[in-house]
Order: sequence, then structure tokens, then C-alpha cells
Amino acid sequence: MLGDAAPPSETPLVLVGREGRRREIVAADAAAQRAGLRIGMAASKALALVRDLVMRDAEPDADLAALDRLALWALRRYSPIVATDPPDGLVIEATGATHLHGGEAAMLADMVARLKAAGLSARAAMADTWGAAHALARFAARPTLVVPAGESAAAIMALPIAALRLPATIVDSLRRLGLDQIGDLERTPRAPLALRFGSDIGRRLDQAMRRLSEPIDPIRPAEIAEVRRQFPEPISAAETIARYIARLVDELCILLEARGQGARRLDLLCHRVDARMAAVRVGTALPVRDARRLTQLLTDKIETIDPGFGIELMRLAATIAEPLSEKQTISDLVAPPEADIRDLIDTLSNRIGGDRLYRIVPVQSDVPERCVARAAPASPDAGASWSGLWPRPARLLASPEPIETVALLPDHPPVTFTWRGVRRRVRRADGPERIFEEWWRSDAELDAVRDYFRVEDEQGERFWIYRAGDGEHGETGSQRWYMHGIFG
Amino acid sequence: MSTSAPRSVVSELRARIARLEGRTAHQRAVLPFGLAAIDRILPEGGLLRGALHEVAGGGNGAVDGAAAALFAAGVAARGGGKVLWCMTRADLFAPALAQAGLASARVVYVECGDEKALLACFEEGLRHAGLGAVVAEVSRLSMTASRRLQLAAEASGTLGLAVRRWRRQTEAADFGMPTAATTRWRVSAVPSAPLPVPGVGRPRWLLELIRSRAGECADFIVEACDDQGRLALPSSLADGQGAKDVGRRRASV
Repeated sequence: MLGDAAPPSETPLVLVGREGRRREIVAADAAAQRAGLRIGMAASKALALVRDLVMRDAEPDADLAALDRLALWALRRYSPIVATDPPDGLVIEATGATHLHGGEAAMLADMVARLKAAGLSARAAMADTWGAAHALARFAARPTLVVPAGESAAAIMALPIAALRLPATIVDSLRRLGLDQIGDLERTPRAPLALRFGSDIGRRLDQAMRRLSEPIDPIRPAEIAEVRRQFPEPISAAETIARYIARLVDELCILLEARGQGARRLDLLCHRVDARMAAVRVGTALPVRDARRLTQLLTDKIETIDPGFGIELMRLAATIAEPLSEKQTISDLVAPPEADIRDLIDTLSNRIGGDRLYRIVPVQSDVPERCVARAAPASPDAGASWSGLWPRPARLLASPEPIETVALLPDHPPVTFTWRGVRRRVRRADGPERIFEEWWRSDAELDAVRDYFRVEDEQGERFWIYRAGDGEHGETGSQRWYMHGIFG
Repeated sequence: MSTSAPRSVVSELRARIARLEGRTAHQRAVLPFGLAAIDRILPEGGLLRGALHEVAGGGNGAVDGAAAALFAAGVAARGGGKVLWCMTRADLFAPALAQAGLASARVVYVECGDEKALLACFEEGLRHAGLGAVVAEVSRLSMTASRRLQLAAEASGTLGLAVRRWRRQTEAADFGMPTAATTRWRVSAVPSAPLPVPGVGRPRWLLELIRSRAGECADFIVEACDDQGRLALPSSLADGQGAKDVGRRRASV
């Protein structure tokens, strides 16, 4: 990464590496590609073609190290099983990890957006196999692509053979034989190809088509605290797994205590005898080193572990650990201590996703839909509240719904109104409560006002309705009426 | 004074049944409404804490659940402690709960994707003994599910409030199906207290106690929660009952 030393983006930039005795371009940015420079072109030719070309030496080792750092980021953020796919990719096992990020498509979009914010342009694809996802990410994703389960094989048929992770020489020879797409290769008899090119083609094709399994060997950086246990006899019963989880957690807690840390995220990897892997990830809101609580969180998820023919190795790692020191508390003799519900919050957020659990905190705003904000459930209480002079409805409609009214302007409540096809006669009403929109947000809100009324119909149901505008001046709003909430 | 003898017999019988059911004393904690008219009807003299209670809205309230939510908020507010509020539709307006006495700092909201996850969260909250109350907005509640919730509440002593809320008015017939809940309430909005000037007075509810384990059914007209979560009896009604009580007390002195 060049960081601040990078030339401006409009200047063509290429990286030059040594291929045998010749210096050639190994990477070119968008500006350089527009200027007609291609990967594999001789460096001297490129210099002759483009005048103000910036040329840097390629540093493959530094690139690999950067890729490792990126893999660690993905490991902490997205999934317990992440590996590098050199020279320019990451492979992430997303099974069981997507629901915490709002689904498959949302997870990929989030990933690409975050990388873009860091200055990296990335493409991401999700498919049934490593091979298919690799091919789709490089040749079909714009910039993200999710292929539904079971349709990966069909999706890669039209992609070029270069997508198959084969050596460049083989790809070239195949092209000379008239085989351009993966579909062509799939329809060609296997034996002559294997005789001429070796077993690589068949293996890569089978891996992409899910006829051959391809386990991902996840990265395990040294700085992460990890404990493991190998089983002489594979285990598969839920009770046995639970027992060993408890032992692993005990060992991990001792390790964390020596480091003065608590776990924020735990990854349990179960290596099965058929070379597959089952992973469980749990997170906590604050660092935790309580073995009983961590065990509880992991055993809660035991039903998601598919042991297959048995588990031969279990690894437990504290992927994210933060400093945690013991604190002395002073007990209050009079008032009972405030109950600790952090463990409940952790359990629930691991079950349904962390952003589904929240507290609501007041925001200084008169506009009803803007006066509430979500905060983390374990966040400290600021003690603020809403100024409760005017009654507020128990249910606030997600968006105000237009209603038909008969009303006297400017400052009378409606006599009757029709909402969702039901006509109601107003018996009593309170208002108007005039709310000025926030002029500092946009020009449209400069003059806008809403006049809120609390109305009660003949049955006694109470509603919160408003008129967009003050009833006199056209610039304050459309003067239409809306339903915004329901009082109890 | 002839009523006192049967009363002691009844209470002794109740204690014996409670022993048979295997409950201990701390689970019999009760949260009274603070209104004699309601507490007198309930066999324990209030809402039993380690138990499941059902609340639904009447009429359109079956769909919007506004009054039922406020009623539950008022109960949870008076119960103290933190409150877990599970729901599938996030249209609750927190300032209204604060006005019913349930400060925003005390509530943790759980937005569940479906009913199944909601019931699981509800039960998990009830099993955890650190909460004051758990409120869940559920539409379907089977006998099995409610039995699980009731047992979880009994084990931890946490107050469970199921706010029944349906997508359509027609589905509200589901409220007739039996569940294991200890009490079942229906809250409907009725015209508010009349004021001498134009305006809406303090909201009033028709509070129906439809089912009460080992107790009688009743209905009351009450005034909605104040900022401490307390209900009140409308002044005209309160006067009438109060006068009767006063008369009896005088007679016994």
C-alpha cells in the first residue's frame, strides 16, 4: 500500500515485476488500462507508450503479508473460517455466518463497501463451492453476486476457463484447442485431456462442480489465544460435544487470564473425519472470562454443529479478545444490587443477531420519528428522557398515512376523517400542537410545520393525526391530513 | 363476620394446593394494582409475579395493540427492574412507554424475525432471573408454548406478560383458545373522562378480566396509566364504591 505517497488517481500507475530476464507489467490501475497498457506487456514498451507513467516495483511478499492482514480482518468481522486465496483473493466459509449480517447479499455488500472505504476495490461472490465462488467473483460479480444454493454449476458454465485456477500455460493450450468456456471443458471427454495435461483440469473442474470436496484451511494467527483437543476416537453425541466444549472453555479461560484478557468473540471449529469443518461463532457485548457463561453460549449453539461421521479435532479460539481486569465492587447493604442481564443479552444476540437487540435512547428533536434512536443494549444509561408535556401515542406508524377529512381551517381539528376505509366521527380533540421541522437539515424543511391533534372518535379510540402545514400559508406544507399514531 | 370463617378455610386450602403444586414461598410474590376493586377479585390480591399473564386489545386494539401495550408497560413499570420487550413489528413508540412510567433506560427491545424466535426469546428472558418483567407481543400462543412459558416464569419468579396482537381482526378469535396463562385480560379504549372544556381527558379503558386461575371474572372501567404506571378508578365509580365501603366500616365500628 502506498498510502499518502500514491500518485493522484488520474496518473497511470503500473507495478513492474521480473519474469525470467524480462521486466514486465504485473499490475496496472484503471488509468493505465485506459492508456492501453496490459498486464504482461514489457516495461520498456509501456514507457514508450505513455509519457507520464509512474512505475513501481512489485513486492509480492508485501502483498501476501497485506492479504494475511485482510484475512485476519475478515476472520474477526465475518466468519470463523477464512483463508487467503493468493495472490489476490480471500475465501470465506459463510455457512452459519450470514444471518448475523442480515443475509447473504447484505453481507457481501457490506464487505465490498467497507473495503471500498479503505481504498480497495473488491468484488465478492457467494456460491456452493470455493472453485465456483472464485470464478464468479473474478468474472461475473458486479461488484457482488449471490448464486442460489445448487445453481453454482450452471452459473459458471459460460465463464472463461481462466476462472478455473489452472496454470496459465494450460489455459493457453486449451484455448488453442478451441476450448474457451468452462462449459466446453465440461462437455469434452476427460481421458484425452488428462493424458495430455495431467490431472489438474479434472480436479479443478470437479472441485468447482462440487464433485470433489475442497476443505478450507483457516488461518490461525499466532496472536489469537487458541486451545485444541484431538480425539483418539471421533465423537458425535451432543452430550459428549458439550462436555468437551466445557473443558476447552476452561483451558481457554486460564490462557486468557494469563494474558489479562476477556473474550469478545469465540470461534469453535470442529474438524470432521470427512475433512469437512463445522464452525460455531458466538460474541459477547463486553469482554468475558467467566467459563460457565462462555460454555453456556457455545452449548446453546450445539444443534447447529453437524458432526457427520464424527469429530476428530476441536479448536476453540478467542478471535477477538480485549483487556479485562478484575474489579472490586462495593456492595450496598440497603438497596438490592441491580441484576446483571449482560449474559442474557449475549445469549439473545447470538441467537437472533446483535443489531436486533437494542435500547431506545432519546434524541433532542421535536419531530416524532427523529426523537428516538437505537443504542447498544449494554450501553450505559445517560439518564435523559423526553420532555413529557404532550401525550404521545403508544404505536407510531412507520410512515404517516394520508386520511380523508372534513375540517375547518386554520386551527380546528377535523369533524370526521376516513382512515383505512373506515369513517370516524371526532367526538373530542386536543390541539394543535405545532411542530416545526428542522430547517438546518434541508431547504424543504425550512418553512414546513405540522399541526398535531389528538382526536377521539365515538367508540373512544384515540388517534394522533396531523396536518402538513399551518392551514394558512402554502409554503408551510400541502395542508393534507395524515394519521401518524394510535393512543391506547 | 360470618364470611371470615370460610375465608380462612379457603386460604388454607389454597396453601395446601400450592404445596401440592410444588411452589415455594418466594414465587408467590404478588404485584397488586393498588386498586381495591381489582385486587379484591384476584385470588392472590394482585398479579402473581412468577406467572404468565395474557393481555389483548378489544376491537381494533386486537390489531394495533396500543392499549394492551400501555397496560403491560404500566404493570412492568410498577414491577421494577429491567424489562425485556420482545416483538416482531417494531412500531412501539418509546416516549409513550416513558409516559406510562416505564423509563427508556429500563427496557431492552428484542426484534425477532418470526414468532418461533420470539417465543424462544420470551422463554429465555423468563428463565433468566435478573429481569423485572418480560413482555412479548405474540399472535399465536398454543397450550404447549404457554405451558413452557408459565413453567419458566414459575422457576425464576419473573413476571411474564404476553401482549396478544394479531395481523387481522378475524384472527383475534384465537383469544378464545385455552392457554396455561394465570390471568387473561382484555383492554379496550372507551371514551375518555369528560372535561368541562373542549379536549380529550384522561384516557379510559374497559378492563375485562376474562380468565383468572382459581378466581372470578370481572370487568372494570379504569383510567389509563399515569406517569408511574398506576391505573385509577374513574371518580364517579370510585365515589360509589367508596361510599359503600365507608358505610360498612361505620357499621362495624
